[in-house]
Amino acid sequence: MLTPEEWGIVALSLKVGGVAVLLCLPIAFALAYLLARVRFPGKVLVDGLIHLPLVVPPVVTGWLLLIAFAPHGPIGGWLESWFGVSVLFRWTGAAIAAGVMALPLMVRAMRLSIEGVDQRLEQAGRTLGASRWRVFRTITLPLSLPGVIAGAVLGFARGLGEFGATITFVSNVPGETETLPLAIYAALQSPGGEAMVLRLAAISVLLSLSALIASELIARRAGRGLHVL
Amino acid sequence: MSFDISVTKRIGDAGISCRIEAGEGLTVLFGPSGAGKTSVLNMVAGLIAPDQGHIRVSGEALYDAATGLDVPADQRRAGYVFQEPRLFPHMRVRANLLYGRRESGLDVDDTIALLGIAHLLDRWPRTLSGGEARRVAIGRALLSDPAFLLLDEPLSSLDRARREEIMRLIERLRDELGLPILMVTHDREEAARLSTRIVEM
Repeated sequence: MLTPEEWGIVALSLKVGGVAVLLCLPIAFALAYLLARVRFPGKVLVDGLIHLPLVVPPVVTGWLLLIAFAPHGPIGGWLESWFGVSVLFRWTGAAIAAGVMALPLMVRAMRLSIEGVDQRLEQAGRTLGASRWRVFRTITLPLSLPGVIAGAVLGFARGLGEFGATITFVSNVPGETETLPLAIYAALQSPGGEAMVLRLAAISVLLSLSALIASELIARRAGRGLHVL
Repeated sequence: MSFDISVTKRIGDAGISCRIEAGEGLTVLFGPSGAGKTSVLNMVAGLIAPDQGHIRVSGEALYDAATGLDVPADQRRAGYVFQEPRLFPHMRVRANLLYGRRESGLDVDDTIALLGIAHLLDRWPRTLSGGEARRVAIGRALLSDPAFLLLDEPLSSLDRARREEIMRLIERLRDELGLPILMVTHDREEAARLSTRIVEM
């Protein structure tokens, strides 16, 4: 089985992927709702920007993050002066990279599920005296929840596999930013690392496959009109 | 006057224009499909805004283009029974019935008895037949303590026995509750039997 060091890598990957998804969840849902329900000028551009990490080389995304979060960068400078923190070479930075890369997939899944909510039900709620907020809370949100969960799980799987943007942005610091893909790459570079590569690759496949299947099952349950919660 | 409505609205290439001045009882809005009857109900409920005109129900102004008044849908107290039941699929019948409940409204047990839906309370909407779903939708609207009722083709897609049942129910609502009712139909026989007056569109 895995060595303690390898378990540490797995744990770090789960932490980075999990935090990335949790941070992204409200942002992705807000963006998905905006794209699904609101008509505004420049919508195509916003849609394109959100999807950019899906098509741009990850190394470019990582480089852009590096510029933004550098000590004197637009976000990095702000973090430094207000909180005295930096995300460079830290696991928090790895989570940000994973989140940015996972965002388009999450927004896509959530947008589809919000578009799938029958707005006639929301109208019925309104005529029954429910405020917009109550309609959102009691009708829109629960009915789109399966897609939201499926999107989050998919984003988590994507975050686990993040490589290019992460290594460019926060580089490979063992115990801090060395997630599964980075560790596998490092092991490949070192002589006699084949056994470790095999074990970590197996774990990667297992984790990603489980997440994908979970996401698919949740989406399918929702499609049959069953309810996740 | 229970309904005092004069609205116009342009939807795409078609124009809707409707004028209703109706006293007590049940007013049928009659006309061929595509005439915009449902759109008129939606305007009265506050789901779409007319371009011009005014809407007053029982003396209360709900919309007036001249003064810019447009009471939000959730404050109009419309008991709207849509053409499709529009029951919330993630809630059981009981939760659907109680969704818009106001304490000042009808007694819950009485309403359930009136509609004959006591045996359905723990069911999910997708397991209901067309007639059952329609009755639950009517019950949900009644329990929200509406100031008036809007019924959109309440008898469509029901078999003969169910139609008769719902028709009797509408007659009781008309005669016993004293609520102003605006009902849309394209069936002349239905219109003749239930209406206090008919407005052609």
